[in-house]
Amino acid sequence: MTLFANFLYGRLTPQAFQHNPIEMSVGIGTLIAGAAIITLLTYYKKWRWLWFDWLTSVDHKKIGIMYFVMSSAMLFKALVEASMMRAHQVVSVGDSFGFLETSHYQQLFSAHGTAMIFFVATGFVFGLINYFIPLQIGARDVAFPFLNSLSFWMFAAGSVTLIVSLSIGNFSGAGWSGYPPLSGIEENPGVGIDYWLWSIQLSGAGTLLSGVNFLVTIYKMRCPGMTMMRMPLFVWSVLVSLVLIVFAFPILTATAALLSLDRTFGTHFFTPDFGGNPMLYINLFWAWGHPEVYILMMPAFGMFSEFIPVFCKKRLFGYTSMVWALIAITVLSFLVWLHHFFTMGAGPGVNAFFGFMTMIIAIPTGVKIFNWLFTMYDGKVTLASPMVWFIGFVAIFSLGGMYGVLMSVAPVDFQVHNSLFLIAHFHSMLVGGVLFGLFAGLTYWFPKMFGFKLNDKLGDWAAFCWIFGFLVAFTPLYILGLMGATRRMDHYDASTGWQPLFIVAAIGLVIVFMGVGLQCLQLLVSFRDRKKNRDTTGDPWDGRTLEWSLSSPPPFYNFAVIPEVHERDPFWAEKQKGLSSKKPVYEAIHMPKNTPLGLYIGVFSFFFGFAAVWYIVWLAVVSAVGVVACLIVRLMDRHTETFITPEEIERIEKECRA
Amino acid sequence: MSHPEKYPDPHNDINANTVFGFWIYLMTDFILFATLFATYAVLEKGTFGGPTAKQLFHLPYVLVETLLLLGSSFTCGLATLHIEKNNIRKLSGWYGATFALGLAFLLMVGAEFVQLINEGHTWDKSAFLSAYFTLIGTHAIHIFFGLLFIPVFIGDVLRRGLIPVTIRRLTCLKLFWFFSYIVWIFMFTFVYLMGVSSNG
Repeated sequence: MTLFANFLYGRLTPQAFQHNPIEMSVGIGTLIAGAAIITLLTYYKKWRWLWFDWLTSVDHKKIGIMYFVMSSAMLFKALVEASMMRAHQVVSVGDSFGFLETSHYQQLFSAHGTAMIFFVATGFVFGLINYFIPLQIGARDVAFPFLNSLSFWMFAAGSVTLIVSLSIGNFSGAGWSGYPPLSGIEENPGVGIDYWLWSIQLSGAGTLLSGVNFLVTIYKMRCPGMTMMRMPLFVWSVLVSLVLIVFAFPILTATAALLSLDRTFGTHFFTPDFGGNPMLYINLFWAWGHPEVYILMMPAFGMFSEFIPVFCKKRLFGYTSMVWALIAITVLSFLVWLHHFFTMGAGPGVNAFFGFMTMIIAIPTGVKIFNWLFTMYDGKVTLASPMVWFIGFVAIFSLGGMYGVLMSVAPVDFQVHNSLFLIAHFHSMLVGGVLFGLFAGLTYWFPKMFGFKLNDKLGDWAAFCWIFGFLVAFTPLYILGLMGATRRMDHYDASTGWQPLFIVAAIGLVIVFMGVGLQCLQLLVSFRDRKKNRDTTGDPWDGRTLEWSLSSPPPFYNFAVIPEVHERDPFWAEKQKGLSSKKPVYEAIHMPKNTPLGLYIGVFSFFFGFAAVWYIVWLAVVSAVGVVACLIVRLMDRHTETFITPEEIERIEKECRA
Repeated sequence: MSHPEKYPDPHNDINANTVFGFWIYLMTDFILFATLFATYAVLEKGTFGGPTAKQLFHLPYVLVETLLLLGSSFTCGLATLHIEKNNIRKLSGWYGATFALGLAFLLMVGAEFVQLINEGHTWDKSAFLSAYFTLIGTHAIHIFFGLLFIPVFIGDVLRRGLIPVTIRRLTCLKLFWFFSYIVWIFMFTFVYLMGVSSNG
């Protein structure tokens, strides 16, 4: 009987569902939210709409929006985790041990980091890449629409793996970077690390496939006349990010697989005994991890380069230097990984090399900042809320960047390594840099995606709260780090005198939450006033690039007639010359058909990961066969395309422009 | 029904895109193998008192494996020549030979693994053996998927003939097969030749 149960359930036992009350409430909250969504969908009879218009869609615009939905949920989850940690640190001092168990606290910081890097930042970035790369290069779709849907569902499978770990078993407690031997099977025999590994493995595979897909899209599908040096800077920044993805993500895939082998099959890659080498893991992890930071950062740079010229009514200052700065960052980002562990003891020569490289990478970044500021100089600046985000970005990112240069000096790094100083530094880069950039970009492109503008006033206030709240929350962390407070610390002595600073940091987080509340309110108010704020022209900001030449939202085939480009900022140039009122001649377009196979492969992948976490062999085999079978079915499908007649295009264009 | 021939899309050359995309995919696969090679290089001396590369590998056996894979690449290349001549019979014949040689290679790798395991040199004995099994095993998985897709694609050619979509797939398959062979050459050199000749 037990043998059979072992076969059926692996190591999944009823204990996996038992949690402490706080964890339980989170799990139950997730279940209630899920049930509420299902009820609403059933009540409004939206299942067919959901299935046919969204889940099975291969339209890059819809896939982009699905990325946003997923990432918003994960952002909320990760913010709640952050607030629980901050609240705990305020009270867990001296004789009081706070309200979180240590094991739960460990899971919180691990899940917070994993969710923010892999599912929030990456998800939002890929959402915007999906939606706007084809529009900006004048293409009707991506190179491989089915692969795009598959990538999204792999990403979703990774997120679901992370969410499931809340209710069934537990998540990793070894941090988002999961260093062995702590993440090895001897120190951590439970399922937490395996959940972490499979959630990053699945979403990493999705990111890698997307990387290949969009690289081909940008190289091969630009409209006539769009040479490399005429591409909008968002396209450039995404292109270099994709190059980094193609070079860096296979390293993550291999490294996570090796750690999985260590844990599941008893190999000795990263074990301290049997000849294994834990430092090998750390080197490999950061050989991916440092480029990853730039993979997220550079698209945000690209977004700033898009809207600053628009809101300053001026050409971008130094286009060519911007492009070369991006390329320089791309190359250098592979030469700095060791600065994450100067304390490894590689010797002064090695440390000095990586320290120098780290300092040098600040130069192209500085070039970009100055170019944006020079674009603003002497321009007619409109302080719309994307610009408010940008100003916050310049302040926080520049400060955080300079602290980064400070830490590139190895002896200084030895003092602040793994302290809250480091935490404050990289949050300055990832929140002040990436997240602010994403919020700015989302605000800027929102009317294009949904057909109405966001409320500007509430957007400004949300940005103020985020910027001010961020400074209040993280400035104390710089000070605490210099005082010796380490990261991932869930208790400290009263004699350290750290508590007041932790209280200030928590207040900062409250202000950030006010910003989040205002953003939700902004969405609701803008939705209520959507008739008033409707974007009928398709060009609400007086834009410069091709996406603004389309209606908002664009028809599913994007361009009725493929545009021809003669210079940078093509739409702006066209408007200067006067838009032609000549009636275009439409030709039939063929478009890919929707298919649920990407979704099925995502579901099978999730179950494969789940089976690997719980050692359920039969489920792993079934899922693996399922994935391969779906792929073969797709390969054999001969009816993957449909075409739209010129008459139909004419009708849709009239509707869109009405 | 779609009529791609009737309405060609001048802005989306699916054949060129797919082959280009497949090259990029192969590049990512190269990085994956590079990571495993680096791991092997770091852990090669981590034998933990167990057998070393020199004690385990027999070059004549590995040479036969290499020749089998080389032969399969050669037949795969010959098969490709018949795409242009539109000779489906010869094409599938050469692919049959590729399949047989690839299968023989895979069986030899399997036999080598079984022998090592029977002698007690399993992957959990030392970091060196872990790295060895993983590197060679990852390559074997590639060959396995190559073998899986040869009949699928050839079956497609037999049913539908040599049309752009089937030719495109054969092109990708050919690239994949050559890629796997090139990776094996690196393994033959770094793992076997250098392993046996080293003084470790």
